[in-house]
Amino acid sequence: MTRESIPARRLIGIGVAVGSIAVALLLTALLIVAVNASPRDVFDKIWEGVGLAGGRLDMPRFSGVINFWIPLMLVCTGLLVTFTAGLWNIGVEGQMVMGAIFATWVAQEVSLPSVLLVPLEMAAAALGGALWGLLAGVLKTRGGVHEIFGGVALNNLANIFGIYLISGPWGNQGGQATPPFREEALLLPASSEFRVSLVALVMVGVAFVVVVMALRGTHWGLELKALGKSARSALLLGVPTQRNALLAMAICGLLAGIAGSIRVLFTYGNLRPLVSGGIGFLGVLVVLLTGTRALWAPIVAFFFAAIMVGSTRLNIALQLDQSLAGVVQGILVLVFILANGISARLRARRQAPAAEAASIPPKEAAHG
Amino acid sequence: MTRRSLVILVLLVAMLVTASGSFAQGGEEFVFGMILVGPHNDHGWSEAHYTAGQYVEEMIPGARMVYLESLNAADRPETTLEQVVEDMVSLEGAKLILTTSDEFEEDTLAVAAKYPDVTFINVSGDDALTGDAPSNLGNVMGAMEWGKEIAGCAAALATETGSIGYLGPLINAETRRLASSVYLGARYCYENYRGMDPADLTFTVTWIGFWFNIPGVTLDPTEQSNLFFDQGADVVISGIDTTEAVVVAGERAARGQAVWAIPYDYAGACAEAPEVCLGVPYFNWGPSYVQIVQSVMDGTWEQGWAWTAPYWEDLTDNSKTPVGWVNGEALSPEQAAQLDEFIAMLAESGTGDITADNIDDEGLSLGLWVGPLNLQDGTPLAAEGEIVPPRSVWYLEQLLEGMTGDSSAQ
Repeated sequence: MTRESIPARRLIGIGVAVGSIAVALLLTALLIVAVNASPRDVFDKIWEGVGLAGGRLDMPRFSGVINFWIPLMLVCTGLLVTFTAGLWNIGVEGQMVMGAIFATWVAQEVSLPSVLLVPLEMAAAALGGALWGLLAGVLKTRGGVHEIFGGVALNNLANIFGIYLISGPWGNQGGQATPPFREEALLLPASSEFRVSLVALVMVGVAFVVVVMALRGTHWGLELKALGKSARSALLLGVPTQRNALLAMAICGLLAGIAGSIRVLFTYGNLRPLVSGGIGFLGVLVVLLTGTRALWAPIVAFFFAAIMVGSTRLNIALQLDQSLAGVVQGILVLVFILANGISARLRARRQAPAAEAASIPPKEAAHG
Repeated sequence: MTRRSLVILVLLVAMLVTASGSFAQGGEEFVFGMILVGPHNDHGWSEAHYTAGQYVEEMIPGARMVYLESLNAADRPETTLEQVVEDMVSLEGAKLILTTSDEFEEDTLAVAAKYPDVTFINVSGDDALTGDAPSNLGNVMGAMEWGKEIAGCAAALATETGSIGYLGPLINAETRRLASSVYLGARYCYENYRGMDPADLTFTVTWIGFWFNIPGVTLDPTEQSNLFFDQGADVVISGIDTTEAVVVAGERAARGQAVWAIPYDYAGACAEAPEVCLGVPYFNWGPSYVQIVQSVMDGTWEQGWAWTAPYWEDLTDNSKTPVGWVNGEALSPEQAAQLDEFIAMLAESGTGDITADNIDDEGLSLGLWVGPLNLQDGTPLAAEGEIVPPRSVWYLEQLLEGMTGDSSAQ
């Protein structure tokens, strides 16, 4: 590879990204026109919904985006680990639910001042999520159950367990949720304007930096990468594959568990059915989209959060169907993956003659 | 009428319409928000609220509805009730918010305290009855117990196998009392019109786990409806927000089976499969909502809790009745006549709306809720001839003796 080809490749990469956003926007606009709405209005309302209308930041509304981004980003961070290790941790949704359940148990059973109680709740959530992740891992390594199937089953189990607790032992009279937690058990917003939990925000930052550094800069990160490329070769090279796969699942579960605790301790203030709300699956989509380019994950996750929060406004102001946001996301993901596939193919085609050139004896090549 | 006067008439009407339109656009506009748990076109619970909102717009000049559909953790994980309320109040100028699900009860309580200048109505809740609600939060619920008794009777008149399935949502006091009301109606008519022993009537309740199907979380209502029919039931009665029961019955009837269904919530629900539909008990929120919107506009609204009784003169008069019943095409003329007789009997025992002020008064009736009645585990609920107090019906703790199915999730 020559020196010039690096910026050239990067340029192609940016071109593909910009191009696919343009194509996705165009397709979305066509779809909006097809349902008799104006793309301009839709754009305006989403913009308004995320708190960015009229050139000034509407902090309470913008907080809504960040509050959705926080658990999504925690999940994405965890999924970066399993993705690197070549594991499809679909069970991340259930790991969130288990985190929420464990946090709820502490919130209901333990009496402590807030500074001790909240960390304890989150630690319990991390444990719950990690155990549930580990279980999917053990099913894979010991039981030969593929993590996708194990994950789907464990998601259902976690949901059913949660609903059982809500309608049974933890329920209140006729309610569809546990009774609200006491104030000291909750994560609180920073201010009445910036309605975001600073604790949660800092936690996301730390988790993301630590995970990215571990994946890029440590021997363990390298082992995971080897495992992700080919489990068999990694094993032959002496990488403890089973241990690493289990560890990756546990770490992802741990972060998903914390994400689940934020849903109960901040978003809702109690445990309710479907508390994970598909955030785990959305995380899988984000990581699928960004691949191992971890630094893109926060941006893409933010974009998804903004579209979803903004789309509430679409329903209220324009009476557009609520599934439009999902459709937009789907189009984006499809177009991106398609564009990546096409650009990879183009690269392969360009590299083929280059490889031929490389096979020419060095002396001649130097002259040419 | 001459052609010329016709033209003038048309012009006049057009002017009126434009005038009222611009009037609505002017300073007199009153915005009310409606928050739905399901889609606005679910042919069930949510659609009944949505069409009532449209009815309000029609009846009260200047009233404008803004709505948000499908607010639940599966469909909108990114949105909380508070965010929606803030949106409706600050960006749309809503002065009244209707939160139309039991799902929203807790959150409405918290949000109402934060917006003391906005009036809130939580449908089906009880916070204004228990005294937990701040003064800007009221509750309303149609006394569907009557409609469910009629539905149960219709099912008993039709069944040939003596087995009725009830497709329940999740288990709470509301769903228990509604399922039990169906059972009371079925038992009464099985005995009194069919001349059968009510002990031989099989009445099975299956709870799917939520108000509507959420794949991977709830039981699949389509599958459960099929299961009822496979296991010998020939009438399935829906207690959920959506129309699977009647759809499945329609499919089976098309294959030559003698089966029927009774949907729920929405007056037009039979349209999904009219040939198997025995009728539908439905909510008609329009009159209540008109009254609520008007009183908030006038500044005369007062906090209250209301459990509104049917307009017995005509159960299909949608300008009056909060709870209605329409016969389905599958009801034979003879069955329809018997059902009319049954309805007339209920009407006689009807005692009007139940409110926070009168709920503990003696003699208030919900039709067939008269002893001897036992709860499912045999605990006596009411002695011979004794009327079950409405409060005990509202907070019903178990299903009734004789019903098959879970009384609680444990």
